[in-house]
Formats: sequence, structure tokens, C-alpha cells
Amino acid sequence: MISDQLPALVIVIPMLAAPLCVLVRKPIVCWAIALVANFLVVLSAWALFEKVREDGVIRYALGGWAAPTGIEYYVDMMNATMLLLVSFISCVTLVYAYKSVSKTVLTSKHYLFYAAWMLCLTGLLGISITGDAFNVFVFLEISSLSMYMLIAFGTDRRALTASFRYLIMGSIGASFILIGIGFLYAATGALNMVDLAQRIPDAESQRAVLVAFSFLTIGLMIKSAVFPLHGWLANAYQHSPIAVTAFLAGTATKVSLYVLLRFFFSIFGPDYSFGAMLLNVVLLPAAVAGFVLLSLVAIFQSDLRRMLAYSSVAQIGYIIAAFCLASQSGLTAGIVHIINHGIIKTALFMSVGCILYKVGHTHSHSLDNLMQKMPLTVTAFILSGLGLIGVPLTVGFVSKFSLISAAMERGWWMVGALVLLSSLFAIVYIGRVVEIMLFRKSRTETPAPVGRSEAPLMMLVPMYVLIGISIWFGVSGSTTLSVAADAAAALLGGYQ
Amino acid sequence: MNLLAPPFLYMYAAVLCTLLSSKHRAILLLVVPVLGLLSLLSYSTGNHVVLAMLGFELTFVRIDKLALVFSIIFSIAAFLSGIYAWHVRDKIQQVATLVYAGAAIGGVLAGDLITLFLYWEATAVASVFLIWARRTDASYATGMRYLIIQVLSGVLLLAGLLLHYNDTGSIAFEHLGLVSLGTWLIFIGFGIKCAFPLLHNWLQDSYPAATVTGTVILSAFTTKMAVYALARGYAGTEILIYIGAVMTLFPIFFAEIENDLRRVLAYSLNNQLGFMVVGVGIGTELALNGTAAHAFCHILYKSLLFMSVGAVLYRTGTSKASELGGLYKTMPVTMVCCLIGAASISAFPLFSGFISKSLILDASAKNGYYIVWFALVVASAGVLSHSGIKIPYFTFFAHDSGKRPAEAPIHMRIAMIITAFLCVFIGVFPGVLYALLPYQVEYKPYTTSHVLAQMQLLCFALLAFVFLMRKGLHPPEVRGVNLDSDWIYRKLAPGLLPSIVTAVGSSVTSAQDSIKSTAVTLTRRLSGFARPGGVLSISWGVNSMVLMVTVMMLLVLVFNFI
Repeated sequence: MISDQLPALVIVIPMLAAPLCVLVRKPIVCWAIALVANFLVVLSAWALFEKVREDGVIRYALGGWAAPTGIEYYVDMMNATMLLLVSFISCVTLVYAYKSVSKTVLTSKHYLFYAAWMLCLTGLLGISITGDAFNVFVFLEISSLSMYMLIAFGTDRRALTASFRYLIMGSIGASFILIGIGFLYAATGALNMVDLAQRIPDAESQRAVLVAFSFLTIGLMIKSAVFPLHGWLANAYQHSPIAVTAFLAGTATKVSLYVLLRFFFSIFGPDYSFGAMLLNVVLLPAAVAGFVLLSLVAIFQSDLRRMLAYSSVAQIGYIIAAFCLASQSGLTAGIVHIINHGIIKTALFMSVGCILYKVGHTHSHSLDNLMQKMPLTVTAFILSGLGLIGVPLTVGFVSKFSLISAAMERGWWMVGALVLLSSLFAIVYIGRVVEIMLFRKSRTETPAPVGRSEAPLMMLVPMYVLIGISIWFGVSGSTTLSVAADAAAALLGGYQ
Repeated sequence: MNLLAPPFLYMYAAVLCTLLSSKHRAILLLVVPVLGLLSLLSYSTGNHVVLAMLGFELTFVRIDKLALVFSIIFSIAAFLSGIYAWHVRDKIQQVATLVYAGAAIGGVLAGDLITLFLYWEATAVASVFLIWARRTDASYATGMRYLIIQVLSGVLLLAGLLLHYNDTGSIAFEHLGLVSLGTWLIFIGFGIKCAFPLLHNWLQDSYPAATVTGTVILSAFTTKMAVYALARGYAGTEILIYIGAVMTLFPIFFAEIENDLRRVLAYSLNNQLGFMVVGVGIGTELALNGTAAHAFCHILYKSLLFMSVGAVLYRTGTSKASELGGLYKTMPVTMVCCLIGAASISAFPLFSGFISKSLILDASAKNGYYIVWFALVVASAGVLSHSGIKIPYFTFFAHDSGKRPAEAPIHMRIAMIITAFLCVFIGVFPGVLYALLPYQVEYKPYTTSHVLAQMQLLCFALLAFVFLMRKGLHPPEVRGVNLDSDWIYRKLAPGLLPSIVTAVGSSVTSAQDSIKSTAVTLTRRLSGFARPGGVLSISWGVNSMVLMVTVMMLLVLVFNFI
């Protein structure tokens, strides 16, 4: 039965698509291959999601080798949600990418671009699905290496340094994770996550476990760009091709956050991570400082991509703060925000990409009166911007509301208050740009006659698909909340 | 029926509006309030349109008499401003107007705190576009300040409602009272929108900065929604009486020395809100009736005044008292309407203000708040001088500015005439309005003593004005000075009230200025790290990033090993 092989298919399809692209080389065919592969992955992920939702956890022994020896894929509600989110965002962004990539990337390199994209997707999905700690590292490397490559495709030469910096930081993060996994292996003799979770409490050397935990924490913080280890992110987002930025913003950091969740909650257990380990002393202040300070930084950015990049770091702060609550409602809030932020930030970067495509730059000061020229793009920016701020009836509000009520439930008034404060900052940085696009008079003496000049449909449609979804999720907040609650329950319940 | 609830109609219309041509949009702006009103009246008393959202049962339409009177006047105000704004071709403003009006009506109909919050935020976001639509640098800055304060109010409401929900397990929007931290936060959130003293600055800052039509629209909704919310949640809260009394008094000083007439109106708006807040604070049936009635009348006559000053601004390009005067020659209709508005706000018998304000005054006297009553009487005299006399006098009479603008456009005239008619109609037939009020009233505004007392007050105030004007006026100097001539006006102003006015006004202003400048330097210094070139805003080199990793690792290890 093919449906039994779904977990493997999710990984194998994009992995095969990558070399196929390299063999074919013709840009449009490569794109088509990647798109078809990605579409199949979305379908498989959707099927998996439905299956897990109905029948519960799926455990799949890769290659028929049973768990302790072989690699096991472990799919519960949390992974299934991540698989669906990542594959879907990738698929939508891939549709969007064609036009913007043909404009900015050398035609002779297109096949490499799509191949790297497919590899990156493979890596991200692999991280999400695998139930083996070492396998996480392997897929992490696959996704990271292809990501460095994707970023380096940026038009600007600064893309190279951005990619290089990310490479250094990413490698440090990955090595930390590897060291952590190594220590865990030394302490318990297991790599399978389910086994790890069982053996850690009885491990002989708790000190080794502790060291493993510390390395993993830092490594994952780097990969998910938690303040103050977010330094690589702003340049990478600003200088990479915009389609890549949209893809990364919606998926890469989110997957790292997922790994963080998996390790902290499933493997070490919330009591260990947030009880004995005093993680709250390090992680929570970092998260809170992150969302307050970087929202403030975002206000002063004149480049839209950089502004959104800093805003991403701030949003990651929200998610981490929600995790730190270590309660059912806190995790629900965090996971819901992973989904919601993935969607709206991708949509926002897409709208910025449309601007870049037509206007040629993203300096907010020179975007005066853009509404006349690109009404659909600007509307998209406003709609998703409102979501980012967290205006009622948008997805952002669902996240904000659940995060604040979770914080209050725990009695963390300060955190709730600071979330509200930083959402005020978000109003300023989004509102500032919106005002310029809608109302600001042209600065040039004789403004050029303003004609409609919208981005191509192939960029607009994917963007509006995401916005449509975000509106749907915003209006009926319960759709995503119930999925997130199931995922949170799966995490807190530990491995069966 | 669920889908046709009044606030939803406005939202559909807002979406539809983006697709229509400009002429059809203007028609839509007139049709929607009528449909909304019809839909509103088709509901019976009780809760309707209960939808499950965010894990709560949210009540989108709760009909009772208090909600009804506010939503009816909001619909009327939306309709009138639709006529007044007939000439506006700016799609953004029209969409914002629809969303804003719909959200205000939605807020009034909200049966629970979360729904209220949804609309509370929506009014903030929608209304800021009316300010930004003026498209100047100043209006951008003002709009941003306005938005932040409005959203802050929403944020307090949200925090408060969550706390309240934690305490009581209920999100119903009924009487709350100041019983817990949560209800205090909600109270302050309401207070910001209601422009309580010291929380009021956004009002005078933003309303005069909006477009001509934007100000008319803004003046109707936000603050009255807050008054409604206070009446619903905090009726009979004694502190409100004193807050209200202060609110009626302090704007007078500022209104007297202010030169921009739209800003004068913004101050007087604040002062009128004070009356309503006092009514809420007293909380008896009579007083709440007074609040509702006063809100009803106030929306009409304040819109009328903003419309007439707006028409002048539209035609002459200025609303500064020192640059206007003598316009009665060419704008007679506007002048007459402005006078009717002025008479209404000053509570002349037979005008709308009289029949509503006396309810609140009577309520305060009946319940033994004599000092408050006296304050309100003093404030009434102040209203007469700064809104009743100053606005029409300096605009249409006074020294001749030499301006000969055309009469206001026909649609503005129609809007003003209808509004003026309503003001007089309510004043002459108060029973029509009284029938709408939340409680049964048997109240006779036109008793001999009421009329006499009010006429005495008004006549003496008028007399004082005439006397002081004659003494203090130096015609040759006033005329023709059109540069930054605020000082002339400030020289004139002390004629109206003793020079204390200026002293108070200027010392407060200078204190505000110095606080502001310190705050500005402080924030500049504090936010230095976030500005371009600041530590958080530059791209970090690999070495500093790695250093950061080491520091964090150290921290984690240290804390883990303790």
C-alpha cells in the first residue's frame, strides 16, 4: 500500500527531484519538476496529517530496519503539522519564485537554484519527520548547506558575505548540536528519540546529559535565530533572492524551533528543561529582550527586507517565550504562532518581492504613493501587516490572544505586558510604511505619471493564496488552535 | 439574519467600496447607514448573532435601549457625514469611513468584552486613515501618535478583560465596577478613548489634523463609543463624577486661548464629554438618560459645528480665528447653521443642548452634588463663550478679513441644514428623543425655572462678552495681520476671561514643552542602540557573533550547574 510508505515518500520525492533538475538543466523544466515534486509532497504531507489526526502516531522503520538499529520516522500531530506547513509554504513560494528568479538569477544557474531548493526542502522535511537524533543532524546539514547556496544566489555581492556569515554561524550551531547529540549518545547509548527519552532519567552520568543539554540549547538557539544569537539572520534575509527569503522566513527558523521543542519537551521533558535546568533564567529573558528590542530596531529600518528580518527575530521571541511557559496553553500559543507567523511573514516577504520586482528596490522612503501604482501588492502588504501587528480578526490576533492569556494563566504579567508593548512597536513599523505607500506625496519635483504597473499574476496569486488562508485562520481561530492544541498535547504527553 | 447585522453590513460595504467607481462609492456611503439602521431596528431586544470564535461564544448584537440609542445616533451621524463628504473621491477615506462607522456601531452592539475589543481596535485602525489622508508630514506624525494611543487603550482593554476573565470566568459586558485590577485596566482603557483629563491630549492633537470631512466623522464616534462603554460598565462609579467635572472645566482655558477653530471645537468636545461622564458617574436613571440624550444631541451639534468650520476651511484654506472674519457676507447658509450649532451647544432653550444638558444638571442637583452642579454651570458659561460665541463670531463676523469665499458646496449645505434641522427639532419636541432613552422619563425641560435660569446664565455671559469685546478690541491692529498672528488673538482673549486664563494656559503649555523636550532627548538616547548605526541595527561580524555564542554558552552552563 502506497499510503503506508507516505513517511518515506515525503523525503524521497524532493530528494530525487534535485538530481533530476541537475540532469535536465532547462530552467522551465527544472522549475516544473520541482513544482510537481513539491506538489506531490504537499499531498503526501496532507494525507499523513489526516492519517495521524485520525489514527494517532505513525512509526515507520526506514528500509525495514527496526528502531534501535535502523532509523525510525516518528510522526505525531506536531511533526505532521510541521510537514504540512513547510511543504505547503515551499510549494506556494516556488510558484512565486519563477518570475522573480528569472529576473535576478543568471539563466544558466537556474537548474542549480531549483536543485538546491529541493535539497533544502528535503532537509527541512527530514528534520521534521525523523525520530532519530543523529538523523536530525544529517538533515540539518543538508538543509543548511543548500540554504547557504540559495542565499548566495542573491544579486548583490553582499549576498556572498551574508551567506558566508550564515555558513560560519550555522556550522557552529550544527556542531554544537552534534556535540550535544554525541554527549547524549555517550551517556545513554541511544540515538532513537523514543529510547533517549526513556534512558535519559536513568543515565549514569547526569553531568554528560547536562552538557549535552547545554550544547543543544545554544546550537538550536543559533539555528532558530533567538536573540542575541540572531546576528546572521538580518543580512541573510536582506541580501538573498527574495523568493528564498520568503521561503526561509516561513520554514527554516520554524523547523529549528520545532527541533527545539522536540528536544526540550519530548526528549528531555518539560520538567527537566524548564524545571531543574533553570532554562527560564537564560531563554526567557533572551526571548523577551528579543521581541521588545528587535521590534524597536525594526522601527528604524529603512529597508523593508531588513525591517521584516528584524521583525522575524522579534516574532521568534514570542514563540520562545510561549515555549518557556511550558504549559499546554503556552505550547499551543507557541505552535499556533509558528503556523501563523510562517504564513504571514512569507506573504509579507512576497509582497516586498513584488515591489522589488517592479520598483527595483525596497527602500521604504522612496515608495511614496505606491498604492496608485501597485494597489494589489500594497493591499497584500497591509493585510498581512495587520496580521503581523495582531489586529483582531487576523491570525496575529489569534496568536497574541492565546499567548497573553497563557502568560496570564501562569501569572507572568510582565511578559504579557511586554508582548502588548512590542505589538505597539509593530504598529509603528508597519504603519510607517503603510502611510508612505498610501499617502506620502512624491518627493520628486515632477512626479512621473503614475500608471498601474502590477507585479505578474504568477507572483500575485500565490501571495493572495497565503493571505486568503491567513484570513480564514484569523476569522475562525479555532481551526489552527485545535491543531496546535493537539500538537502541544502530543509534545507534553511524551512518547507512548 | 445573522449575516446582515448592522456592523457586518458596513464591513461588506467597505469591501465592495474598493471595487466601485467614485460616484457609486459616494452613494454607497449614504445607502449603508440607512440599511444598517433598518437592520438594527428589525432586531428584538436581547442577544443575537452569537458566534463561536477563539473558543468563546461571542455576542455580536445585543439590543437593549442603551445600545439602541447610541447605535441609532451613530447611524444618523454616518449618514450625515456621508452627505457632507459627497465630494470626496479618495477611496481610502471612504473605505476607512465605512469600517470606522461600522466598528463604532459594532462596539456599541457588542454583548461581550472580546467583541467590544475587536471593534475597539477596528475603530482605532480605521480612523487613523482619516488623519493620514490629509497627506502632510504633520498629519503623519499626528496620526502615528493617535494610533499608538488608541491601540494602547485597546491593549489595556485586552489585558483588563483577560484579567477579568481569569477572575470571574465571564466575558459578558455588563456592569463591571472598579473591583479588581482587571476592571481598573478596562476603566483606564475606556478613559483614554473618552479623553479623561491628562489622557485627553490625543483628541486635540488629532481631530484638527484630519481632513475636512475626516474631522466631522472622527468627532462622532470614538469618544461616544467610550461614553457608551462607561455607561454600560461603570454606571454609578463615583470617581467618574469628579473626573467628569474636571473634564468640563479645564478645556475651557485652553479653548479660550486657542486660535485654530477646529482645535477650539476639539477642546469643547472634551468639555461636553465631561457632562456625559458626570451623568455616568451619578448613575441614576435620570442621569443615565441625560448621558444618552446628551451624547445624542452632542453628536448632532458638534458635527454641525465641525461641518460649518470645515466648510470654511474647505473654502478659505484656513481655520485660524485670526485669519477669518466677515464671512457672513458670502457664506450665509453656513453662518446660520453654525449659529444653530452654537445655540445648541450653549443650550439655548428650543435647541437640542438645552433638553439634554438639563437632565444631567438636574440629576447632579437632585443627588446632592452641589459643587459638581456648580462646576457644570460654570462650564456651561464657558461653553457659551468659547463655542457659542467665539466660533461663529470670529469666523463670520468680527473684523473683516477681506476673504470673500463662495458659499459651501451644495452637498455640504444639505448636510448642515439637515443636521441643523435635527438640532432644532429635538429642542422643540424633546419627547421624540426622550422616547428613545434607556429609562422611562417623565421629565419636563421647559419649566419656567429652567428656562429662566438658563436664560439668565446665557444673557449675562453674552453681556460680559459684549462688554469685554468693546473694551478690549483695537480694530486697526487686528485687521490685516496675517503672519503668525497668534499673539494678537492671545491679546484679545484675555478680554473674555481674566488674564488668569493666559497665565494658566501658558504655564501649562511651557511645562508640557519642557517635559516633552526632556522626554524626547531621553528616548533618543535610549533608542540609540536601535537606530541605524546603533549596536543592534548594524550587521554583526562573525567574531562578535561568535563572542555572543560563547557568552550565552557560559550563561547556560553557569545556570545549569548551580
